[in-house]
Amino acid sequence: MDQIAREHGKSLAPLRDDLVLLDSGLDSLGFAVLVARLEDKLGVDPFTASEDALFPVTFGDFVKVYENGAH
Amino acid sequence: MAHTEAQSLRHYIASEERFFFDRHTRARFTDLAGGTSLGGRLEELTGKSVLVATGSQLATALALIELDGIARRFTILPPDADPEHFAAIVTGADVDAVVVDQNSTASAAFDLPIRVACAAEIAAAGRLPAPTRQTEGVMLTSGTTGVPKMVVHTLAGLTAAFRGRPVVDDTVWGTFYDIRRYGGLQIFLRAVLGGVSLILSSAGEPIGEHLDRLGRHGVTHLLGTPTHWRRALMSPAILRISPRYVRLSGEIADQAILDSLHGAFPQAVVSHAYASTEAGVAFEVRDGFAGFPAEFVDRVRDGVEMKVAQDSLRIRSPRAASRYLSADAPLADQDGFVDTGDMVELRGDRYVFAGRRGGIINIGGLKVHPEEVEAVINRHPQVRMSLVRSKASPITGSVVVADVVLKDAVLKSSADAAMNELGRVKGDILKLCRDALPRQKVPAAIRIVASLDVAATGKLARRYG
Repeated sequence: MDQIAREHGKSLAPLRDDLVLLDSGLDSLGFAVLVARLEDKLGVDPFTASEDALFPVTFGDFVKVYENGAH
Repeated sequence: MAHTEAQSLRHYIASEERFFFDRHTRARFTDLAGGTSLGGRLEELTGKSVLVATGSQLATALALIELDGIARRFTILPPDADPEHFAAIVTGADVDAVVVDQNSTASAAFDLPIRVACAAEIAAAGRLPAPTRQTEGVMLTSGTTGVPKMVVHTLAGLTAAFRGRPVVDDTVWGTFYDIRRYGGLQIFLRAVLGGVSLILSSAGEPIGEHLDRLGRHGVTHLLGTPTHWRRALMSPAILRISPRYVRLSGEIADQAILDSLHGAFPQAVVSHAYASTEAGVAFEVRDGFAGFPAEFVDRVRDGVEMKVAQDSLRIRSPRAASRYLSADAPLADQDGFVDTGDMVELRGDRYVFAGRRGGIINIGGLKVHPEEVEAVINRHPQVRMSLVRSKASPITGSVVVADVVLKDAVLKSSADAAMNELGRVKGDILKLCRDALPRQKVPAAIRIVASLDVAATGKLARRYG
């Protein structure tokens, strides 16, 4: 996330579970890039793979989607 | 009052108090019945070709109501217009006057004989000229590289999808989608003709604040692109609104976003509309599913006729634009059908969208031509060829990804060294793209591949999108 923020010329807020993603410093395009890069690394895009696509609001939600997606 | 004939916008102004809201301003647009936001300078603008280049959407909204029926033509400058194209726009639309406001970043760029300031405060006016003529409305497309095409509409065509339909009295419209684009302009016109208030966004306004305002003003009907809606659903402030009509347009809506919106607003009708600047609004789908029923095709519905030819959707419609202002190519074919360039596939009894002809990628409403990105990647000395394509993204609908074939030398070193080398080359390519391209065009991921498919024509084999 740090790297993407840097690439997009943004600065990142400290990551805590209750951090609202839209306040993190990355915008939607930044998150789209993050999801694509993670899929490149992990081989999975849990948002697209999952039937009930819930939109993550906080950083904790975001991490949970990946934890659940890994099962 | 239900009008079935299109009159000028000023005729529709109701007697009740109705407002345009943005982050800073509340403009009682019903005051325009006997007032002006243009300093009462309508006499000067009579019969002129006027460029509306305000910084705020709200100022554009007020200016359009005043100019309609007075000016010969108004051209709406979209917020993301490239200053390099300003001269071509002025020439193409034969512009002789410009309307600006205090927020116009473009303001200084236009050196025109008549320059009118638009104020958000509506001043009482003496005698204003009566709106008598049919004003041409010109919108700019976002689908091309280079100078945008200028598309000519009439008020009758722009309002045909909803004119004369009854409007529930407590309706309050809101839009995430800028009214200086076709989809957003539809909502501005629906609000004015329906005699209801409209909540607009301001440049740079955080989504949370915008949602908060929408909630405070009691929005009942709300438009956004799928990307706008995905961003809204990621905000905790989504809980502040409870619209009863949720509309998506401007991009293809996928099943995930429709399901998420149904989940977030179980009481609301969730509708995705298909429209283009050229073809106008073609249809609206309210059954909750992506794509559209096959029965929409090969018949006339609501005056609009659709067919599929060579896999692309074609539309013949009284809501379509009448012509391009400057381009040589005609807007429609000999039979009056506009080729949308949107490719569709029949699956069972439903058509689904399969991307754009030529692989054009839509990132949150901004179009990306793969060739433009490939040209930048191919500048890298170690790149033999590249293919830029779209990849589905849960956040923005799609992202740009690149498949790259490298010249042999890189891969011939030892495994570990090759991995490091590949990482470095990928990083180099990304940097090259970031330096040369706006951010939505920079690939989100780069994949090094051994080869790319080349079609019989000798061109790269592209899927639709």
